[in-house]
Amino acid sequence: MGETIPIDVVELLPRVKDLRDRGYRLVQIHCVQPSHWELNYSFDKDYGLVTLKIVTPARPDLPSVSDFFPSAFLYENEIHELFGIEVSGMSIDYKGHLYEGRQAEPFVKKPPEAAPAEGASGGGR
Amino acid sequence: MAQRTCIPYGPQHPVLPEPIHFDLLLEDEKIVDAVPSIGYIHRGLEMLTRDHDFMSMAYVAERICGICSFIHGMGYCQAVEGLMGVEVPERALWLRTIWSELSRLQSHTLWLGLLADAMGFESLFMHSWRVRELILDVFEETTGGRIIFNVCTPGGVRRDIDAQTLGRIAGLLPRFRREIDAVAGVFLHDASVKARLAGIGSLSREEAHAWGCVGPMARASGLSFDMRQTGYAAYGRLGVEPVVETGCDSMARVAVRVRELYQSLDLIGRCIKEIPAGDVLVKVAGSPPAGEFYARLEQPRGEVVYYVQGNGTKFLERFRVRTPTFANIPSMIHLIKGSRLSDVALLVLTIDPCISCTER
Repeated sequence: MGETIPIDVVELLPRVKDLRDRGYRLVQIHCVQPSHWELNYSFDKDYGLVTLKIVTPARPDLPSVSDFFPSAFLYENEIHELFGIEVSGMSIDYKGHLYEGRQAEPFVKKPPEAAPAEGASGGGR
Repeated sequence: MAQRTCIPYGPQHPVLPEPIHFDLLLEDEKIVDAVPSIGYIHRGLEMLTRDHDFMSMAYVAERICGICSFIHGMGYCQAVEGLMGVEVPERALWLRTIWSELSRLQSHTLWLGLLADAMGFESLFMHSWRVRELILDVFEETTGGRIIFNVCTPGGVRRDIDAQTLGRIAGLLPRFRREIDAVAGVFLHDASVKARLAGIGSLSREEAHAWGCVGPMARASGLSFDMRQTGYAAYGRLGVEPVVETGCDSMARVAVRVRELYQSLDLIGRCIKEIPAGDVLVKVAGSPPAGEFYARLEQPRGEVVYYVQGNGTKFLERFRVRTPTFANIPSMIHLIKGSRLSDVALLVLTIDPCISCTER
């Protein structure tokens, strides 16, 4: 399945630059939100998969890696639109209009709605 | 000074097979900038893991796309099996390989037909799709479906192919080869096809690497990688050499796909000869554990990545697919910039775009 390297956000750009310089190609970027936030950047060289994993308790703001891998802008626009993650410096910024979804941040887990307080007026008839 | 014009291109366009839109900025006939827009068919299928357990998600995965359906189902199953440590019966792996190569045959012949149609070569389009129908007949005979098959499931495959049917398929392979010879000769040697494709959409080896190209797009630019070499399913026993061309243009992309048709025929023939006897399905007990797994396969359009993350329940925490077209769109934009307006349709087609896969 390959190697997974946990990193902090501040390490992202130097690590990505290093992989680019060593001849890796960008395979994919994606986000997972179990109870915390996970960002996975995967790279390949000679069928060896290396994934840089960022784990944070709160939604992170990220720098774009499109200076090193120009194809990154699609992945970055996707995680911005589906998960609401701010990515600064993307080579093409769709400003939330890549998929034109009806719902903002559709992949973000919403906390369960609190039950209405006793005596609160209902909205229906 | 050249006059600048912005032209909206797609999503409905006679030569675009799928819904993608471009804003093309032109100076006279030359394109100086191109910004693609997708989102017309985004369905959010990945999030259905919240409603469907890991077994029934195999049905959803197969429905990501009607062309790559079998390999989507297989890739999802491989990822779940990897996460859960399921040992798939050997015969099931060989059957998956046969259906994967049949998928490559039907997808490449579909694409060749679309390309011929875009060039205005109607008879070549019809002949290519006639060959494809023969492949779909084999799918129908062995799975019951022509588009969606549902034969792959975590733990193996739902249907076996008996020896008599395998023998009949082996008997059909020489006919498939003759039929492919007929269209391949035109695609590779006809002067009008060459005039339309040779030297158009040049993408160097370095550019293909930098833009993250995969599949025939990468191999036509001299990059030698094919996920089948990682040995999943029965490919490890068969041994697969990537089909590589160095022309770096649209003609080279045609040549890669045409040569891959013959490679697929050879692989199917070998599978039929060497397939072992035995069970085709093991029962998958329990739920996916906490953890993650990446499965990478070679679809007709290139490397596809399936990521699954389990949380100990029967509902996956995350299912994510990175399709080959998603990886090839940035290089397509690069190709379009600097080209002529009349070549845009062909350049879009040469990546063999599957927007349905891309938007999931």
